[in-house]
Amino acid sequence: MHITVKCYATLQRFQPTGGEVFALREGGTVHDVVLALGIAPEDVAVIFVNGLHAPMDKALAEGDRLGLFPAVGGG
Amino acid sequence: MAKFIRIDMGSRTAEIGACPEKYAGLAGRGLTSMFIADEVKPTCHPLGKYNKLVFAPGFLTGTSAVNSGRISCGAKSPLTGGIKESNSGGSFSQKMARLDIKAMVFEGLPADGKYAVVKVDKDGVTFDEAPAEIMGAGNYDAIRVLQDKYGPKVGVALIGPAGEMKLTAANISFADPEGNIRSAGRGGLGAVMGSKGIKAVVIDDAGASAVPIAKPEEFKSAAKRFANALTTHPVTGQGLPKYGTNVLVNILNEAGGLPTENFRRGRNEWANNIGGETMAATIEERGGKTTHGCHAGCVIRCSQHYVDKQGKYITSGFEYETIWALGADAAIDDLDAIAYADREFDEAGIDSIETSVAVAVAMDAGVIPWGDAKAALDLIKQIRQGTPLGRILGSGAAAVGQMYGLTRVPVVKNQAIPAYDPRAVKGVGLTYATTPMGADHTAGYAVATNILRVGGFVDPLGKEGQVELSRNLQIATAAVDSTGMCLFIAFAILDIPDGFNALVDMINARYDLSLTGDDVTALGKTILKAELDFNRRAGFTSAHDRLPEFFEEPCPPHNTVWDFTDEEIDSVLAF
Ligand code: SF4
Repeated sequence: MHITVKCYATLQRFQPTGGEVFALREGGTVHDVVLALGIAPEDVAVIFVNGLHAPMDKALAEGDRLGLFPAVGGG
Repeated sequence: MAKFIRIDMGSRTAEIGACPEKYAGLAGRGLTSMFIADEVKPTCHPLGKYNKLVFAPGFLTGTSAVNSGRISCGAKSPLTGGIKESNSGGSFSQKMARLDIKAMVFEGLPADGKYAVVKVDKDGVTFDEAPAEIMGAGNYDAIRVLQDKYGPKVGVALIGPAGEMKLTAANISFADPEGNIRSAGRGGLGAVMGSKGIKAVVIDDAGASAVPIAKPEEFKSAAKRFANALTTHPVTGQGLPKYGTNVLVNILNEAGGLPTENFRRGRNEWANNIGGETMAATIEERGGKTTHGCHAGCVIRCSQHYVDKQGKYITSGFEYETIWALGADAAIDDLDAIAYADREFDEAGIDSIETSVAVAVAMDAGVIPWGDAKAALDLIKQIRQGTPLGRILGSGAAAVGQMYGLTRVPVVKNQAIPAYDPRAVKGVGLTYATTPMGADHTAGYAVATNILRVGGFVDPLGKEGQVELSRNLQIATAAVDSTGMCLFIAFAILDIPDGFNALVDMINARYDLSLTGDDVTALGKTILKAELDFNRRAGFTSAHDRLPEFFEEPCPPHNTVWDFTDEEIDSVLAF
């Protein structure tokens, strides 16, 4: 299946060079994507799947939009 | 002996006395708000003879505590009609603290309608006519003229053309250590300063001694622990210095809470073009400064120097809220154009949040096309020119909405709602609704817990836990705003308990007190109660604590609505 993945802030350098579409086995989780991208899971502070906060073990579905963030703040 | 300075702009005289007993244990917002609540007639006209403007540094300002150099400005707000505390960086506050000035109060109205420069130094207060060349001039030039005349190192607080015109979105600008600009942005305090005939206040701390510390050794060790918390927390240690506050564009866009096209939806396709990552890369490529502090002693350094293609300085303190408002809410997909607008806000001396939201409202009204950068900049420049349309824009989002007959006007208590859609970040929606300041994200920044997962987690789209979250943050913020600390320290101390303890320990060591965390909470409550009471006496009721009804419309992509009951909203500050 395919999802879109976006890596932001200091995780930007892990963004796949081929773009945002990412191939993943059926039932794959956020954790699988994070490892496949070479990101240390502890560096991911905020995960959005389709705009909703999600845990690292969240199973992904075809067409999901995944956003990965390190700890960020502002205001 | 801490000094309390009363400056009467009617007679151009100053009275320098000892700090009254009742303000001795206060500082920053605590002092400004208690003072306004005590001495300003709540029903007065904000630009009339009964209003007073007060400046106060925080408890720790002027010490070696990192990030402690903020200043609080207070008055009755001409924008909201309620009490206002607006705070800013710059070097003014530290100089006040070094001169041992607890507060400066400006009272009365000028007899002749003329503008003065008020000069404060170790020998007292003097008054000069404002140099003709700075009247109506942009703030950057005005600061240069004032620092040429009074010394390159003097602190400067000034109003721009917007303040001279007494527009309700006019701010007070403060010179930073390089002579660039920071602002006490919200609530129109620049108009109050203008009404009192004050073009600028300059402060020279030459000859001042160091701020006294009751227990220097204890202070030093607490200050070290505190600095340590800020440098180790990933938000204050890495994220903010690298990307500035504008790192929030992408995360709010992902969360579906980035208000786009006058709050029609919470996500857009171009967010990354205006986000912090793109901004940092652009600054780096052009040889600007990606990180910079708004006052000496800031270790977070969320500010930056944004430069043009030739590497020439355009603006600094280029914040998420301004970039959001023009870049998403007004759909101007162009960071350079937004930077020029930000520069123009600083030149005119006008709140960049209020005015940017007003631009989006003007687009919604059809005054200029959506996303038209050039038309927007032309419109913003009309503020300085004083055209009728410029004056309407400079009077804020609600004024523009009223002039053009719109109902889709994102304000609470007449002050523009910033940067986080209350339907998708519900905790901050409660803050917008209930803070005595009018819609203000900084008054209780539930975004931290709703979106950034700092200080725990409360689901942004649900109602559960939001009332307590907003209440607790509003109380804590009122206290932090009294310390002189930049609010961004909260990211670190929400997660690192020793950071909070170290903050309290520093205050104790500075003044030889024995405050506990509970005392800090009690202080926050006392301040909020005084502010709420002022507003009540000014005519505010719970009916004013409501969001505009268009927030009943679903906000894509989550299609959530603003659904708190009146009882829930009214329980936020019922303590
Ligand atoms: S973190 Fe930013 S706003 Fe806070 S004191 Fe530093 S530069 Fe100023």
